[in-house]
Amino acid sequence: MESLSNLMDGFATVLTPMNMLWVFIGALLGTAVGVLPGLGSAMAVALLLPVTFSLDPIGAFIMFAGVLFGGLFGDSIAGILMNTPGNSTAIAGSIEGHRMAKSGRAAQALATSAIGAFIGGIIAATLVVFFAPSLAELATLFGPAEYLALAIFAFVAISAVVSDSVIRGLAALVIGLAISLVGIDGASGAARFTGGLPELFDGVDIVVITVGLLALGEVLAIAARRGTPEDTGILPSTGRLWLSRTEFRLALPAWLRGTAIGVPFGIIPVGGSEVPTFLAYGTERRLDARRRKPMFGKGAIQGVAGPEASGNATAGTAMGALLALGLPTSATAAILLAAFRQYGLQPGPLLFERASELVWALLASFFIGMVVLLILNLPFAPLWAKLLKVPRHYLYAGITVFAMLGVYATSSKILDLVLVLAIGLLGFGMRRYGIPVAPVLIAVILGPLAETEYRRAMAVSEGDPSALVSSPISITLYSVLLLTVAGLLFQRVRTRRRQKALV
Amino acid sequence: MQRKRVALGVLGAVSTLVLAGFAAVDASESTSGATPRSKLTIMAPAAPGGGWDLASRESQQALRSASIVNNVQVVNVPGAGGTIGLGQFTEIGADPTQLMTTGTVMEGAITANRSPVDLLDTTPIARLADDYEVLIVPADSPYKTLEDFLEVWRENPHGHAIGGGALGGTDHLLTGLVAREAGIDLGQLNYVSFAGGGEVLTSLLSRTVEVGVSGYNDFRDQIEAGNLRALAVSAEEPVPGIDTPTLIEQGVDVALPNWRGVVAPPGISDGQRQELIDIVGEMVRTPEWADALNRNKWVDSFLAGDDFTRFIKEDQARVDAIIEELGL
Repeated sequence: MESLSNLMDGFATVLTPMNMLWVFIGALLGTAVGVLPGLGSAMAVALLLPVTFSLDPIGAFIMFAGVLFGGLFGDSIAGILMNTPGNSTAIAGSIEGHRMAKSGRAAQALATSAIGAFIGGIIAATLVVFFAPSLAELATLFGPAEYLALAIFAFVAISAVVSDSVIRGLAALVIGLAISLVGIDGASGAARFTGGLPELFDGVDIVVITVGLLALGEVLAIAARRGTPEDTGILPSTGRLWLSRTEFRLALPAWLRGTAIGVPFGIIPVGGSEVPTFLAYGTERRLDARRRKPMFGKGAIQGVAGPEASGNATAGTAMGALLALGLPTSATAAILLAAFRQYGLQPGPLLFERASELVWALLASFFIGMVVLLILNLPFAPLWAKLLKVPRHYLYAGITVFAMLGVYATSSKILDLVLVLAIGLLGFGMRRYGIPVAPVLIAVILGPLAETEYRRAMAVSEGDPSALVSSPISITLYSVLLLTVAGLLFQRVRTRRRQKALV
Repeated sequence: MQRKRVALGVLGAVSTLVLAGFAAVDASESTSGATPRSKLTIMAPAAPGGGWDLASRESQQALRSASIVNNVQVVNVPGAGGTIGLGQFTEIGADPTQLMTTGTVMEGAITANRSPVDLLDTTPIARLADDYEVLIVPADSPYKTLEDFLEVWRENPHGHAIGGGALGGTDHLLTGLVAREAGIDLGQLNYVSFAGGGEVLTSLLSRTVEVGVSGYNDFRDQIEAGNLRALAVSAEEPVPGIDTPTLIEQGVDVALPNWRGVVAPPGISDGQRQELIDIVGEMVRTPEWADALNRNKWVDSFLAGDDFTRFIKEDQARVDAIIEELGL
């Protein structure tokens, strides 16, 4: 109950006109950078850091919280409308979201995404308020062997669903793994595939890959299709804002399932929200396949609801891990950690005592920010959908400009601009030959994670492979994986037999 | 259709104006004749949020609020332990309105990455502050003192994993220095690198590694809260406010301050260099800088001009030797 009264104090601090203004500014800024490809909330907070130096810490931090969640609300907008998600967190939700937009349901897709982000964020924030210290303990249960098990689990679970053809999916995975190998190997210090260019020592930035593959690749593909019979326009949105009852009934369980998937990932560092959003997408797709009339591929509302909720749930609990443990589990959390240090605060066990007013005001601002964002985003969904009425050559030219700008602003390296163009061409080629692009991103995120954790596990156990399966967590993960794969194989054999029997 | 054309026209006019405005501002800034007192750009050769970024922004804040320099900007050029920034910085030309933040980590990266330029290719200005490394164990670890750990470590160096930051960074260097002093073959070292202090902390609490090495500030609160026990700090002399004994006090003759300083581009005149040294000298005497030292638990280690150049030479040689032994 102490948490509750503290939280009430926090609300009292935030609900002053000045602080509400900061929440509002943060939410607007966050949404704006979320919509623009290449610009993420991590960069927005980094750019704001020097500006807020003279601000009082509470004002600064609640604005940062607004930016963080605003970015997550906004990042799916461009993905849904134009299939050019600017941030890797929005890829999973854009797959079905854009299909919904194509069939004239853009406003509904945007509304689903906004409500999903709201539900995921609110539930995660509530968990953080009441259980932050116990949540933080979850992180200490995971060692290298458990991370490796988790990475393998996610690998199989995700790649099984994002591609319709095994060969094409594997091809995309290999492309992703190849890209992810570039850079200095963290375990040995050896430079791999850098061609001696120091700019490549840190590897290819995930922003460069996302923007190139998804935004530029899509722009090129759209441009190449113009005036050909394949040039399928997007149906104008019906403008109906609210979801129908059937849609709501489909989306509600997906929102909750997405949240449940997203919550634990905020605490364990596996690269932010990408993995849980894809896992949520996979779960929804598999559940949908059991229906009599599967909706996936034609714009399934669950395919938007699940990933969006899980993305925000992850961001919410990531703040818990940051506050209670000082553990940054995403790029934005890392910048916020720096922001705390700038004000002479060190997130960790003593933060709640030393800066209790700030912490509780920050937590309260999560709730307020989420409500503000929902209010901002829901009425704007039909308005955003109108964006599709802008002639396409203007729209996509604008995306290209902002994409390049975002990439250069992140790294200020010319080489990154060359890379983003090259990867954009690669993305175009992959679209042209029907190779899915999502597995590339999965490989880029999970590949290095799996490699690093495997080598760490081996280093710590001095090369004893039994260490990989010595904990209950890793044994459970591998068993679930084996059972799932066996179940899938069994199902496939049975369907094939039935088909044969019919012939 | 008519309305749309008007809207597009307005949009076009507005964007032209905005661009023209930017161009004008840009042009006014690039006019020559700027002095370091009117405009100074500090390059942080790391992403926002790192130690160099923090040092750059604290300097910016102190220079600005004490009105030592009118306009101070920080630019981030992240990558490869700062050597990307160093490479760009040495090619700026003799511009006296540019500074770059640097430190121990860059010395390691220069050697480990085989960078074609090093810190002596710049014009050293001043060392500003030191930060210290700490060796820590979880609170319930069997190692109560540094000697407890060194004893088992000597017997089986490879069997005891040590966690810290990136290879070639200060954490790795300190591990190597301590091991060498303890008589351990550095080829036998089992050093596991993590991305930052937060990950080192969880790897300690999850019993992945037995001992962690990181900046003292990363673990300060965890030590005070009793979750971790500090075995030793890497300072030369006991630091006021830190209870943990130094390595030297415990018979291990190793000190590794994580220093931060600023350098100017190569080729500037002696007069320009002196001007920059004066500016930095004024900065470290401001109350804002004293406050920054206090908040970040940095120790003032101001050292300017040729003394700083000599220090870089000696420190770089020491770092090179240990990097070679570590096999990077």
